[in-house]
Amino acid sequence: MVRRLSDYPLFSSLLFMMAVIGCTGGPINSPYREGEAGENILYSSFSARPKHLDPAQSYSSNEITFTGQIYEPPFQYHYLKRPYTLIPLTATKAPVPIYLDTEDKPLAADAPADTVAYSLYEITIQSGIRYQPHPAFAKASDGNFLYHELSANEIAEIDTIGDFKETDSRELVAEDYVYQIKRLAHPKIHSPIYGFMSDYIVGLPELGATLRKVQAKAQKEERKTFLDLRKFPLAGVEIVDRYTYRIKVKGKYPQFPYWLAMPFFAPIPHEADRFYSQSGLIEKNITLDWYPVGTGPYMLSVNNPNRQMVMLKNPNFHGEVFPSEGIPEDSELGLLDDAGKALPFIDKVVFSLEKEGIPIWNKFLQGFYDSSGISSDSFDQAVAISGSGDARLTDEMSEKGIRLMTSTAASTYYIAFNMLDPVIGGYSKSARKLRQAIAIAIDQEESISIFRNGRGIAMQGPLPPGIFGYRDGEAGINRVVYDWVNGRPQRKSIEEAKRLLAEAGYPDGREKVSGKPLIVNFDSTGSGPEVKASFDWMRKQFEKIQVQLVVRNTDYNRFQDKMLKGTAQMFQWGWNADYPDPENFLFLLYGPNAKAEKNGENAANYANPRFDALFEQMRSMENGPRRQEMIDEMIEILREDVPWVSGFHPKQFGLYHAWYRNIKPNLMANNTLKYARVDAALRAEKRGDWNEPRWWPLILVGAVLALGTAPAIVSYRRKERETGRGEIV
Amino acid sequence: MINYIIRRLLYAIPILIGVNLLTFLLFFVVNTPDDMARLHLGMKRVTPEAIEKWKADHGYDKPIAFNPAAGGMKTLTETVFYEKSLRLFLFDFGRADDGRNIGADIRQRMGPSLAIAIPGLIVGLLVNITVAMLIAFFRASYIDTWGVIVAVAMMSISSLFYIIGGQFIFSKTLRLVPISGYDTGLDAVKFLILPVIVGLVSGVGSGTRWYRTIFLEEIGKDYVRTARAKGLSELSVLFSHVLRNALVPILTGVVVVLPLLFMGSLITESFFSIPGLGSYTIDAINSQDFGIVRAMVFLGSVLYIIGLILTDISYTWVDPRVRL
Repeated sequence: MVRRLSDYPLFSSLLFMMAVIGCTGGPINSPYREGEAGENILYSSFSARPKHLDPAQSYSSNEITFTGQIYEPPFQYHYLKRPYTLIPLTATKAPVPIYLDTEDKPLAADAPADTVAYSLYEITIQSGIRYQPHPAFAKASDGNFLYHELSANEIAEIDTIGDFKETDSRELVAEDYVYQIKRLAHPKIHSPIYGFMSDYIVGLPELGATLRKVQAKAQKEERKTFLDLRKFPLAGVEIVDRYTYRIKVKGKYPQFPYWLAMPFFAPIPHEADRFYSQSGLIEKNITLDWYPVGTGPYMLSVNNPNRQMVMLKNPNFHGEVFPSEGIPEDSELGLLDDAGKALPFIDKVVFSLEKEGIPIWNKFLQGFYDSSGISSDSFDQAVAISGSGDARLTDEMSEKGIRLMTSTAASTYYIAFNMLDPVIGGYSKSARKLRQAIAIAIDQEESISIFRNGRGIAMQGPLPPGIFGYRDGEAGINRVVYDWVNGRPQRKSIEEAKRLLAEAGYPDGREKVSGKPLIVNFDSTGSGPEVKASFDWMRKQFEKIQVQLVVRNTDYNRFQDKMLKGTAQMFQWGWNADYPDPENFLFLLYGPNAKAEKNGENAANYANPRFDALFEQMRSMENGPRRQEMIDEMIEILREDVPWVSGFHPKQFGLYHAWYRNIKPNLMANNTLKYARVDAALRAEKRGDWNEPRWWPLILVGAVLALGTAPAIVSYRRKERETGRGEIV
Repeated sequence: MINYIIRRLLYAIPILIGVNLLTFLLFFVVNTPDDMARLHLGMKRVTPEAIEKWKADHGYDKPIAFNPAAGGMKTLTETVFYEKSLRLFLFDFGRADDGRNIGADIRQRMGPSLAIAIPGLIVGLLVNITVAMLIAFFRASYIDTWGVIVAVAMMSISSLFYIIGGQFIFSKTLRLVPISGYDTGLDAVKFLILPVIVGLVSGVGSGTRWYRTIFLEEIGKDYVRTARAKGLSELSVLFSHVLRNALVPILTGVVVVLPLLFMGSLITESFFSIPGLGSYTIDAINSQDFGIVRAMVFLGSVLYIIGLILTDISYTWVDPRVRL
């Protein structure tokens, strides 16, 4: 009898699977398709699916990874220069405000802030910049848009944006920037900066009110309406000519140009807004929130936030080139080798969804991701800390040609007191001393060493390194908590903390009058296995000065409630900079920004009249010696008052494979993919070397299993031949 | 039988209302609409006006379950509960907090979930039954004893261990399959091998033990003795007689989970980056997206009820004595 392969389903299935996995061309464990190996593609991952890709709504770092490459606001940060410098992106020149008085008459460039009623920013964009190809621009031969009024039948054939056969483009004009600013006030778009910008951009709240009325009327009449924002004037924003527009901002707000480097102020063509307003497309998740239309170096070609996001080089990208100047070290590091060459260098960027750290790390080691962060679990495998505290790569990483790049984030994570609290808050001498004692007791350096593998700098003040006003070395230490010893800050002794505690009225951690122990409540939102250890560590810090700490761990919602009501006592929070200006950190302690009463960002509810007065002056000043003096004074006030007891500025460690080039950490810019370069041939070679399959253990296991079943087969045969009396026949 | 099915479907309506009510209560005890708005709008610069605007836009500006100001029937109908729940019964799942159509997302994610679940179920069933049969064949021998010990040990180990172990052995050390990811069409096969193997190994302990118990119960019955007395081989006795009669309890376990295969696996999908419905649910819980959580719980309940009805129907197929 002739037997066919199909008579052995299990065997044939196995053969089929081996054929499938064995015919990929590259390593069989490659997560990518055959034929991609030698292509100019950058591979990266994302862990949380972006919620919004509409530049009016998007504010999270995981979203800006995409929007930053697609949309182009008028300005950007220089990739290489430090301190961070704003340069034109689509604009023709750097932003220079014209100050106006209440009657719109121009004032001098150095006019005092209190005389400035408005700041006028006139922005001229370059001509000839074109949008990415997109169906929203496609026109029929009669000049009408092809896809702006799709019928139900036409929509039925569409599943993704790629299903539209025709695409077109058009030139970027000033009107597109104005259109986007108006979108910030759109009632259906929840722009996180609308409330904030309403305080600055003239006429924005009025436009919001008008749009809400129109929208409400349409809803009342149960008719769907598309709000063509070109028809609604915005008092503070005007189109001067095809390439020029003006923004009028209330008062003197020198930080405003930084906002103009964020995607919130990127252009949106009205054609795209109209195209995406069709309800049939919205039903299919084809919206501007998911399919961006930009002028940037990349365009989103696959948007499957459940699996993969793919960006392709925008064929219409304008002729931007790699910068030819930076800081002196850049030349030595080869960062200027590509100076003057056209951007972007990479043809395609593939972001794969990865929710767990282990697969990301292993894929990086196998060469399937071009870069990686370092989790606590893999820190020891990747980095060795020398005796002097310097981080260097382990031999295993160095042998693979991996490079380590570190940078201190423009962020501050802090432990703060609620200044409204009757026990630990307030501005009396004793309350200050109590907080100072606790500040000395909490050994932040130890915490960074234990819980962050040394990846952080203990906070000396709210400003992180790299931000104007930050002082390094002896001049920058917090003298309430540290002494300068042997060229480095040394935390004051616990005896000093105990002395301060006694002076505060709590000798040995007990209230002097009643003898009751001092109990401090620490509100936190921690989760995960390492949290308990960090709470235990925190309790130990307080035990050093015989103060009891009660940890009240809760979910983020309850924590937010407590913060809004001002009922927390001590808590932990953080802030990532929006832009590189001290105002963006010091406003976290500005009295009128209190969280409890005004829903601001001052979570400690700190209010010091002198600090507030200095802040009001400092925020509208240009960087210079006078501003530095004022910042120094403000920070000294904070050190004395101690609303933030302790904290750190995180250090970011990034690992990059040898084939990934032109990398320089830039914590402000979000459009840096265009500068990156990969050597695809080297990557393909290394991937092959690092991913040779090992079949022999499987063969060995199979052999062991076969041997193991032999006694069972023998036993079965014997049993089959056994009689009822146990005799073998 | 038709009457029975109609009766069961009618019973399902109050059950689904109850499930929906319970989900609603549990969700809103933990998250207020203000919390949801704050989480959605981000951590920075969120104004009370923005929160109110978000709530109004997403239909959370009304009272949760009782609106005394509305008067009449509107006391109940002009509430978040009524407006958010009624459409579910028409399988209109509405929109997620990020504006995406939940129904479209569910349809898109069902495929990857089934791509793991169906081969996992079939291969798992075959292996579990075969191993259980083998152990039952060698009952009261060292193979039986050690088989049970190994099965108990395997079922005592967390599935997370199998996932991480599987990734370490097959992907990292042996470099035979991708550690995680997913693709469409035939390209998906290489991504499914490891999750299916891991699912198989993690379930073989409990499955084997359960089926062994069923088979041993059947093996002691008179018809088995009669079959042996007829001179049938032990294999023939086990596979032709014991297995057929043991199908009723096996079906109870299998048919009831068939519809739930659509719901995906929470941990497996997350670790292997499979874009199925399991990871969709986990993401929704983490991001406090009530729309998705409610839709997935509702869908799970509907599928479970369908599973139970199918189980009852399947009894009539495998055991002609059963009448519905």
